[in-house]
Amino acid sequence: MHSRVTNLAAFLGFGAILLALPHTLSFSQQEILVFLTINVLVVASYRLLTLTGEWSLGHVVIMGVGAYASALLSKRLGIYVPASMLLGAVTAAMVALALSFPLFRMKGFYFLIGSFAAGEIIRLLWKRFREPFGGPKGIKKIDPMPDFDIGIYAFDFFEPISYYYFALAVVGVSLWVMWRIERSPVGLTFHAVHWQDKLAEASGVNVRAYRTLAFVLASGFAGLSGALLAHYIGTINPNSFDVEQMVFVLTWTIVGGTATFYGPILGCVVLTILNEIVLREAGFEQMRPLIYGLILILSVLFMPKGLESLVRGALSWRNAGKKKVGETEATE
Amino acid sequence: MAPPVLEIDNLTMRFGGLTAIDRLSFNVERGAIHGLIGPNGAGKTTTFNVVSGFYKPTGGEVRLRGETISGLRMYEVARRGVVRTFQHSTLFAELSVLENALIGTHMSFPPNIFAAMAGVDKANRRAARARAEEALDFFGLSGLAEELAGDLPHGHQRALGMAVALAARPDVVLLDEPFTGMNPEETGRMMELMVKLRNTGVTILLVEHDMHAIMGLCDRITCMSFGRLLAEGSPQEIRHHPDVIEAYLGGARHVA
Ligand SMILES: Nc1ncnc2c1ncn2[C@@H]1O[C@H](COP(=O)(O)OP(=O)(O)OP(=O)(O)O)[C@@H](O)[C@H]1O
Ligand SMILES: [Mg+2]
Repeated sequence: MHSRVTNLAAFLGFGAILLALPHTLSFSQQEILVFLTINVLVVASYRLLTLTGEWSLGHVVIMGVGAYASALLSKRLGIYVPASMLLGAVTAAMVALALSFPLFRMKGFYFLIGSFAAGEIIRLLWKRFREPFGGPKGIKKIDPMPDFDIGIYAFDFFEPISYYYFALAVVGVSLWVMWRIERSPVGLTFHAVHWQDKLAEASGVNVRAYRTLAFVLASGFAGLSGALLAHYIGTINPNSFDVEQMVFVLTWTIVGGTATFYGPILGCVVLTILNEIVLREAGFEQMRPLIYGLILILSVLFMPKGLESLVRGALSWRNAGKKKVGETEATE
Repeated sequence: MAPPVLEIDNLTMRFGGLTAIDRLSFNVERGAIHGLIGPNGAGKTTTFNVVSGFYKPTGGEVRLRGETISGLRMYEVARRGVVRTFQHSTLFAELSVLENALIGTHMSFPPNIFAAMAGVDKANRRAARARAEEALDFFGLSGLAEELAGDLPHGHQRALGMAVALAARPDVVLLDEPFTGMNPEETGRMMELMVKLRNTGVTILLVEHDMHAIMGLCDRITCMSFGRLLAEGSPQEIRHHPDVIEAYLGGARHVA
């Protein structure tokens, strides 16, 4: 009962900070905050995919599928933008479902390579077909989110702060859904498929179906993040979703760690702050890929379980301290 | 007499040039504890792998209650009521003991993602948990429910492997060397549990090198060697069968 109240208080406090945050930032920092919010959804969805043990190199391209679909649906068919975003997510999930048939004949390293190839094929289609994808130049003048008013707040989507609130709500709900999935028996089955697919299958788990389910769900959320991005920046092209972006997603995820839900989110936030504050200020912006590569290697070498392991270490250290007060029992 | 629950009919499994199972036939009666023995490399585990759907046989077939199940995927065989354990402790080492058993309940209480998101699967989750706890309790693992499976001593890992299998309430369970790594006292306790299990109507096909356990438990024993059927009969008949003694002496193992 008591912990419920503290949890609620912590949640409300954290929410208030997130709402107040953009007001302390400059205009350009607010723009970065929007990208960060979208990227949080990208890495969280990427982790959902890795729950069953498969690492894809096509995730950013799938995100692009959502972006292209939502942009085209709103531009060509005049579909109301929030609805087109949802349809973009559904399209990304459907494309993932189609890709799962060839891809899930492979496992591990071969899946990794296969997913990369599949992603490059999709990017090639975008480049090759001017109609409807706009070729190498991509799609310009994507419809912005239509302004609306919810009584307490009037959304004006020329302001990054408004888009931030909108993205925050979408990403918040998405994270909540992913969290519930992971904590459910479905999530437990994902873990089982990852750690010991033979035993899972002997227990009656259709391993292939669960791998596909994780892939399709993760791709849906990636597509949603792509749609959020498209309607914010207003122009997308095949290079918006190239392998360099994928390396960023991988770096955030690996540096953060995939053992916990918050690991990749932590990685994304910490590295973005590092990037924007340290690198940009110091004028190292051009060297971002290089520095990210370095960080990736260093963290694999010296922090193989990611930033989350530091948090968990700190928490268990605190708990151990608490325990020692009560019972003078040496922990380990 | 009731028809056999499991029929292994002229089964052959080849790996390249090696014939691991060679035209093997035997039947398992419903409600029996049936032993499958033979020297190392005789093809016992391979037989389990074919029956459980892990391999597709090169020839012959396996029938469950008269229905052909060879060639089905492993989860499809499991869903028809045949669940196996693995020779080398195969567990979800990174998950807790209770979570391991929960995976065993997958077929009885299939997860539903929409119900989970809407939060309307509480009854299902409770029932799965009760079933998992019951299975742990049966094997005396209740006190270890929150431990990581990978941290358990070997004997407990074997027991957990069986708990995962039995949480599925199978009709037929295939146990591959369940007593390895257990001391005589633990083995004795496990043997009692096997009898208890059989009395609930589960058919047990048992591969085991512990001859004391095999002779004490089995209603019927099939002995194989180099992939072939060598002898079949009651424990008494097998114990004194000249071919069996020969095979084991040749394989440098003793028939107790
Ligand atoms: N996947 C495989 N590929 C090639 N050969 C295999 C494979 N699986 C089993 N074998 C071979 O088949 C033969 C039978 O092996 P199997 O594991 O079934 O024996 P076993 O009776 O279970 O022995 P043990 O008592 O040592 O467990 C062995 O010669 C083994 O090397
Ligand atoms: Mg074996």
